[in-house]
Amino acid sequence: MSSLYDVIPPAPPKGVPTRRTTMNVNGTSQTMEVEPRLLLADALRQALGLTGTHKGCDTSNCGACTVLFDGRPAKSCTMLAVQADGHNVETVEGLANASELHPIQEGFKQEHGLQCGYCTPGMMMTAKALLERNPNPTEDEVRWALSGNLCRCTGYQNIVKSVLWAANKMREQDQEA
Amino acid sequence: MAPLDELKIGGMGASRRRVEDNRFIRGKGNYVDDIVLPAMLHMQILRSPVAHAKIKSIDTSAAWEVPGVRLVLTGETMAARNLAWMPTLSYDTQAVLATDKVRFQGQEVAAVIADDPYIAQDACDKIVVEYEQLPAIVNPIQAQKADAPLIRDDKENQATNKIFDWEIGDKTATDQAFADADVVSKLDLHYPRSHPSPLENCGSIADYDRATGKLTVYMTSQAPHIVRAAVAMVAELPEHMVRIVSPDLGGGFGNKVPIYPGYVVSILASILTERPVKWIESNSENLISTGFGRDVYLEGELALRKDGKILGMRMKTISDHGAFYADAQPTKFKIGLMHSTFACYDIPTAHLVSEGFYTNKAPGGVAYRCSFRVTEAMFFQERMVHAAANDLGMDQAEFRKVNLVGDDMFPYRTAFGFLTDSGQYQKCLDVGLKAIGYDTFKQEQEEARKRGKLLGIGISTMTEPLGAGNSREYDIIGIKMFDSAELRVHMTGKALLRTGAKSQGQGHETTWSQIVAHELGIPADDIVVEEGDTDSAPFGMGTYASRSTPVAGAAVAMVSRKIRAKARKIAAHLLEVSEEDIEWELGRFYVRGNEERGVTIQDCALAAYSNIPDGLEPGLENTAYYDPPNLTWPFAAYLCKVEVDAESGVWDVLNFVAVDDCGVRINPMIVEGQVMGGLTEAYAMANMQYITFDEEGNCIGANYMDYLLPTAWETPGFELHEVVTPCPHHPIGAKGVGECATVAGPAAFVNAVMSAIEHTGVRNVDMPLMPNRVYEALKTGKDVSGMPPVLSD
Repeated sequence: MSSLYDVIPPAPPKGVPTRRTTMNVNGTSQTMEVEPRLLLADALRQALGLTGTHKGCDTSNCGACTVLFDGRPAKSCTMLAVQADGHNVETVEGLANASELHPIQEGFKQEHGLQCGYCTPGMMMTAKALLERNPNPTEDEVRWALSGNLCRCTGYQNIVKSVLWAANKMREQDQEA
Repeated sequence: MAPLDELKIGGMGASRRRVEDNRFIRGKGNYVDDIVLPAMLHMQILRSPVAHAKIKSIDTSAAWEVPGVRLVLTGETMAARNLAWMPTLSYDTQAVLATDKVRFQGQEVAAVIADDPYIAQDACDKIVVEYEQLPAIVNPIQAQKADAPLIRDDKENQATNKIFDWEIGDKTATDQAFADADVVSKLDLHYPRSHPSPLENCGSIADYDRATGKLTVYMTSQAPHIVRAAVAMVAELPEHMVRIVSPDLGGGFGNKVPIYPGYVVSILASILTERPVKWIESNSENLISTGFGRDVYLEGELALRKDGKILGMRMKTISDHGAFYADAQPTKFKIGLMHSTFACYDIPTAHLVSEGFYTNKAPGGVAYRCSFRVTEAMFFQERMVHAAANDLGMDQAEFRKVNLVGDDMFPYRTAFGFLTDSGQYQKCLDVGLKAIGYDTFKQEQEEARKRGKLLGIGISTMTEPLGAGNSREYDIIGIKMFDSAELRVHMTGKALLRTGAKSQGQGHETTWSQIVAHELGIPADDIVVEEGDTDSAPFGMGTYASRSTPVAGAAVAMVSRKIRAKARKIAAHLLEVSEEDIEWELGRFYVRGNEERGVTIQDCALAAYSNIPDGLEPGLENTAYYDPPNLTWPFAAYLCKVEVDAESGVWDVLNFVAVDDCGVRINPMIVEGQVMGGLTEAYAMANMQYITFDEEGNCIGANYMDYLLPTAWETPGFELHEVVTPCPHHPIGAKGVGECATVAGPAAFVNAVMSAIEHTGVRNVDMPLMPNRVYEALKTGKDVSGMPPVLSD
């Protein structure tokens, strides 16, 4: 417990409009006072410290900033934080629980689906949306689903394998359940 | 006692899953932009919108008025502190913030430091700069013209736009070889500008502490120790008061070797504001202003005997370095290791002439996933070989076999003086030919043509010099190219390893431990690896040019052996025998003739802190500096089969076979990952990565909407094969591999497309082979140049 509320931001300069925005991030409701121009990626990274969402291109091309917006992949570098008001946002930090990795995370490790790691959170979030929609995708379906996410290190072959590994594991888990 | 199973402890040859993944898959990587320091300010840079102009005036008054702005810097404020210019890694100078002129589009002109990056950007937009535009030079041909404007009028004794003349080889003998030739085959081409484009852009956080006098800079650097030395010199700070920390890097590919103006400006800003200052560039800023690769005009010819034997090689390169000669090159070699061209072929004599020029483009020539211009050298080599085989009417594979250096010819001295030391070139090629079905291809191609389909097959074979030094020949700004490793074994047998290299995705945290496991028998999971912090890591030249495993990796093996030598003394003490009576097996010393009587490396570690023999220093740690006796020479044979659509010029890869011999593989999984990643960049350069300049020097393609990087959808699959010829001088027999695929790959794709369309008479299409270029070549039967256009009179 602390009696020092040092996280309260300073008041905005005169004439700068702000808006109170509440979004559900990884299952927790978060309220912040933001300038309408603040990008969702910046809100996640700066206001909430969720730095797993990376900024790459600022033009919606690279997909490093991909989060799930009400379950669908969205590039948070070209969305405003205020657009998320009243919506659900999932980031890479929400994939694993305290004791267990998500099968997609395991898949990326097992199949060497990452090198520098910068594209990885976006790749995994896009893959999560795919596998929720299509639990048994073909290689082509995986490649198509990931085509909005760039990777400069791996050549994608192992990323595709990682997603297929996860799909397999998730189907097995479903059968057991 | 059963001996340790090396694979089980994660030693050499284990496809050990990566340690660094544990944080990356949780989104817990620690990239520069993830670091937040108390009271941190944010910096944005104002850049020139034009390629060449005099600066008439800069008015920053409106920027200062923006609430939240703390500091505005221009060339003038930098100059007052002698920081308007900085030295480059190639003995040139580069403007930090422009004072007199701007010399490329995107050049740094001013900077704003504010409470947050949005405010800093608002204020940048309020700075008014008046420019007087000058004619722009966009290629080195234009730069040579007598009436070309002088770009570097800031330099004394610089009367023209030429940077250097350089040559190597034996001109007389080579001229004679051409006089004796039955056939002379020629080729001219342009290796286009390409941008390495790591997904993470460049940035820094400078944190100057006036109380202690210490400057800490967190930054995107592949070579933090070189930066420390440079910062100490440029900023005139004592080197022990400079700490460079390179945290996780989101890729590098050579783009994060140079020292950029933004780093320097953030340092001065922190000194002036006495607060940490973060600078993170945008993707467009990265693409428009930071280290480009390539941009070389390559022309040359082969002197040939009718039976296919190459008698001599002649080559000229004209390179475009942009406005500042800022690429890192070993001092002796102005055009990098271009003279490694044709190293895999047995050629009696060769001659190379090189010229370098300034243009009004961003600094270029960084080793984009290559060992100093080797990519251009090998691309020219394999395109030239392809053209020569055609000119002789010989089969592509047969022509290579006639000329490849044979297994029994090592060590082999190349025509330019390199010493290649090992390889099985023919075998690698044979493995590739078999895998791709080369024997039946001709028939396949003819049948396809009858059905209106254009099939082609391309071969690229090469050996390249990886792992500079040795220090006799290789240095960067005088600092010799060796590397280091420090190993501390704790009393419980766990260990901490640090090196002067810096991973950007190569997986050093995983593979370095494997080398220690191999040498000492300490399980890889018991070893933690740290890199990138100059206050803790031993000095090293960093990671680029595929030099980590050849140099730092060797240092890891050598420091482990030093530890083992000391542990042996401790073991003798514990076993109460003399050292000569001790034998080693993985992880354990035992008494010769009595295998049951032994102590583990962990026992020795504990004793090093608790039961030290008289006369021996306590503890179990050491450092090794490794100066390699030679470069390492991996070999690659890449074969590609394509289908070209005659109606659109679009080409698809049907099959790609890669045979790599990089010596002993520490972690096969990681090696394969490197090869596939490199092949994808090769595919990208051959197919779509197009970033060029218009007549006025505007950069066309400084964003990922225009500069196309391949996605999972279009990237082909790759079939990988391995051949292992251990490196004779490397302590664990390894050779570099990270760049083989980017270096040899492009020619395989281009040769394949050419093989599909050269029946029209076309001899060369410059990269990238975009559909419009291939279509044009098909329709006209003429070569297609990729040279940027210039203003006509």
